[in-house]
Amino acid sequence: MAQLNSMLSLRGLTRRFGGLTAVDAIDLDLAKGELVSIIGPNGAGKTTLFNLVTGLDRPDVGTVHFEGQDITGLSPERLAAEGIARTFQLGRVFGNLSVMDNVLIGAHTRLRAVKPAVPVIGPLLELGLALLRPASVRDEEERLREEVKAILARFGERLLPRIDQPAYSLSYANRRRVEIARALALKPRLLLLDEPTAGMNPTETAEMQALVAELKAEGLTILLIEHKLEMVMLLSDRVIVMDEGKKIAEGPGDAVRSDPKVIEAYLGHGLSGTSEQESAA
Amino acid sequence: MSSWLDYTINGLIVGNVYALVAVGLALIFGVSRLINFAQGSIYLVGAYIGWVAVVQLHTPLPLTIIVVAVAAALVGLIIERFGLRPLQNSVRIAPLLATIGISFVLDQLVMLTFSPNPRALPSQLPDVRFQVGGGTIGPLDLLIAGVGLTSALLLFVFLRYSKLGWAVRATAQDRDAAMQMGVDVNRVNQAVFGIAAALGGVSGMLVGMYYNQIDTAMSLQATLKGVVAEVVGGAGNVPGAVIGSLLLGLVESYGVAVFGTSYRNLFAFLLLVVVLVLRPNGLFASARQAPPEPLTGTFIAPSRPVRIPRWALLAAAAIFAVLPFFPVSFYVLQTLINAWLLGMLALSLTLVAGTIGQVSLGHAALLAIGAYTSALLSLTLSVPVGLSIIGGGLMCAALGTALISPSFRLRGHYVSIATLAIGEIVSLVILNWESVTRGPIGISGIPPLSLFGYDLISPTSIYWFSFTVMVVLALLQGRLLTSHLGRSFRAIRDDDIAARAYGLSLNRYKSLAFIFGGFAAGVSGGIAAHLYSYINHETFNTQQSILALTVVILGGLGNVVGAMLGAVALVGLPEVFRIAAEYRILIYGIVLLLLVRFRPQGLLGTL
Ligand SMILES: Nc1ncnc2c1ncn2[C@@H]1O[C@H](COP(=O)(O)OP(=O)(O)OP(=O)(O)O)[C@@H](O)[C@H]1O
Ligand SMILES: [Mg+2]
Repeated sequence: MAQLNSMLSLRGLTRRFGGLTAVDAIDLDLAKGELVSIIGPNGAGKTTLFNLVTGLDRPDVGTVHFEGQDITGLSPERLAAEGIARTFQLGRVFGNLSVMDNVLIGAHTRLRAVKPAVPVIGPLLELGLALLRPASVRDEEERLREEVKAILARFGERLLPRIDQPAYSLSYANRRRVEIARALALKPRLLLLDEPTAGMNPTETAEMQALVAELKAEGLTILLIEHKLEMVMLLSDRVIVMDEGKKIAEGPGDAVRSDPKVIEAYLGHGLSGTSEQESAA
Repeated sequence: MSSWLDYTINGLIVGNVYALVAVGLALIFGVSRLINFAQGSIYLVGAYIGWVAVVQLHTPLPLTIIVVAVAAALVGLIIERFGLRPLQNSVRIAPLLATIGISFVLDQLVMLTFSPNPRALPSQLPDVRFQVGGGTIGPLDLLIAGVGLTSALLLFVFLRYSKLGWAVRATAQDRDAAMQMGVDVNRVNQAVFGIAAALGGVSGMLVGMYYNQIDTAMSLQATLKGVVAEVVGGAGNVPGAVIGSLLLGLVESYGVAVFGTSYRNLFAFLLLVVVLVLRPNGLFASARQAPPEPLTGTFIAPSRPVRIPRWALLAAAAIFAVLPFFPVSFYVLQTLINAWLLGMLALSLTLVAGTIGQVSLGHAALLAIGAYTSALLSLTLSVPVGLSIIGGGLMCAALGTALISPSFRLRGHYVSIATLAIGEIVSLVILNWESVTRGPIGISGIPPLSLFGYDLISPTSIYWFSFTVMVVLALLQGRLLTSHLGRSFRAIRDDDIAARAYGLSLNRYKSLAFIFGGFAAGVSGGIAAHLYSYINHETFNTQQSILALTVVILGGLGNVVGAMLGAVALVGLPEVFRIAAEYRILIYGIVLLLLVRFRPQGLLGTL
């Protein structure tokens, strides 16, 4: 089923909550290096779709293929190891961990020296290595810490000076940045961003937009949920519009924007604007 | 065949009693997503108020029931107003710890007022039995059934037709929406706690009459049984709680019929663990329900740990190390030895409850596993004592982790329930597995501590031994916390969903935390066994689990230095102030409550 050279492909993906079909028979293909945006009114099912792709929830019907492999229903741990990273709409940083530790968790799947891939006794070896810390383990940790600093440097002076502060003490926007830094530390092959600019002011939004553009230019494959249409139009190769779980339109930004079905969906539900996003945060 | 009918009737009657407790738990869970660990204490209070009414005031039965219901409801209202309402906006761990503390304080107050000795609670009903089919039924059975049905009817009418009842249902369905519609959530909480307490109190009185005996151990049992029934029925589901209770009553009754009385509780707790693992949302919930994003709030209060300079730690260690050279009394050394043993347990619990966020209420069971292993290894296999203690630690790490693993997929309150139940299962197995554990007789003549062939008998040598072991364990744990495992554990505690999304397997890391922590607890239990020279299934009890939890909260969750400091403080201060032993548990409960309310991050802060 999966199309040639498609990185991610969803077929008939469906998730029901009781009587409500939150995601309704969604088909989607994402080529390598492509940036596709998903827009739609509140409650359209966008976040649920992300949960299905990242393994935090399981579809009732349908399949998810990643690089030709069927990954439907795999655990989030497995999918992280496959190179799928995401951010969360309402922010899920580890509050008591420092910025450095938060981002290091992002690199967890890349630990090798301290996590030997040995069956059965692997976890015990991991415990022993964590306590003994031979040179290989120390070097690996040191290398990852340098990488984290390089990732944090992408956010200018926003995070670097706060590298040892606990995440709960950061501003809202900085916590969102930490989440993105954490996702980048995984060295993802597919990055899913759930409203990365929610709750940000125009300057911060512009910064974030520039960063996403940069990531795209570097060849990263990105699936983006975003309410700020300007940003969507500027960045996206393609836009998908969801409403009540269904895909109601798909195509280049301009075409989608003038699609009567899309206008109807947004008018019908009241334009889900930034104000509601703020209150959710 | 007739006896089967008797067992069925007995099961249904006992189930009816559980239902009175479980319905209260379900109501409270429904409106505040809180498992009220103090429910059993209210049941206990009800039983003793019933005793005062019947034996001292000679009230007639209907009046007794009313007195008990009203008095218990008052206790419930006080708990709600002063214990829980101030915590409304705190982190999720706070009300959980508060109800545990309240339960301890209430139990101790009852024990101090009435002494722990069992008392008879006559039922005031004629002692006749009627023939029904092949079985018999007495007036008390009918009373219990009658109270159960009447309460169910009253509750139904209240929830269905009164304005406050509507508010309760609305709050249970969606708290935020209810508040927006103008529902006064405080009044709803009051109503729910009052009703739950009245039902719980009456239930305690009826059980006392049923067995014609009340004692202070009833409290924990009632909490556990009520929680089992409630969880089986689906947390927060009121009719589910009733069905779960009847089911539990029947399972127990038939279990007793087949295997004997000492297995009664084992069945209840096994039922709980099976349901928690297979259907954590209860028997009647839809199979698959993911919590919608976001999960409310964080579990543990954010705080900045107090940094203690290295030289200060070294100085403190040096002072304690050379202490025996000074003319200190044996009494001081003995007290500190107790502190070091508790310190090891606290190190274990602070890792498990603090660092990775699994608030275990059954930690004393780990002590028991370590103690029994070391005692039996040295006694029956003549393993040298030093090695046997390490064996106890390893056995505890392996067995403890395996036993607790069913709770790894649970969160928050459920972990506490599961660990409490698993702890009870361990002590029941010790009691019943006579061929290995010598059952109720216990193990005596355990050889004293020894190292490389030299017996450690003098208090000084025991002091040094236990102090050294604790410091080594603390250093190891400190090293663990600065490794990638430390940050992985803490990440899982702060947000297990995000942790999974970044590749952290909950099973793997919770296992590692329990393996490491289990070792420390097992070593502590092993040393204790050789110090006490006699242990039985009650040596390591829930009181020690709660004491360890208080130490951990006092020191700061996850804080290694805090765990040791807390142990010294909680063991030492009562000695300094010469507080009589029977008041100590009460003080620990009060300390826990005050901490949760005024300094949730403990003395040295959450790490
Ligand atoms: N775990 C769940 N249980 C029940 N219903 C759910 C669950 N998760 C989501 N829903 C429902 O599914 C629908 C889709 O929700 P989803 O969060 O995916 O929407 P969304 O498009 O991300 O909206 P928003 O723009 O507000 O973030 C909503 O009606 C929501 O209430
Ligand atoms: Mg969303």
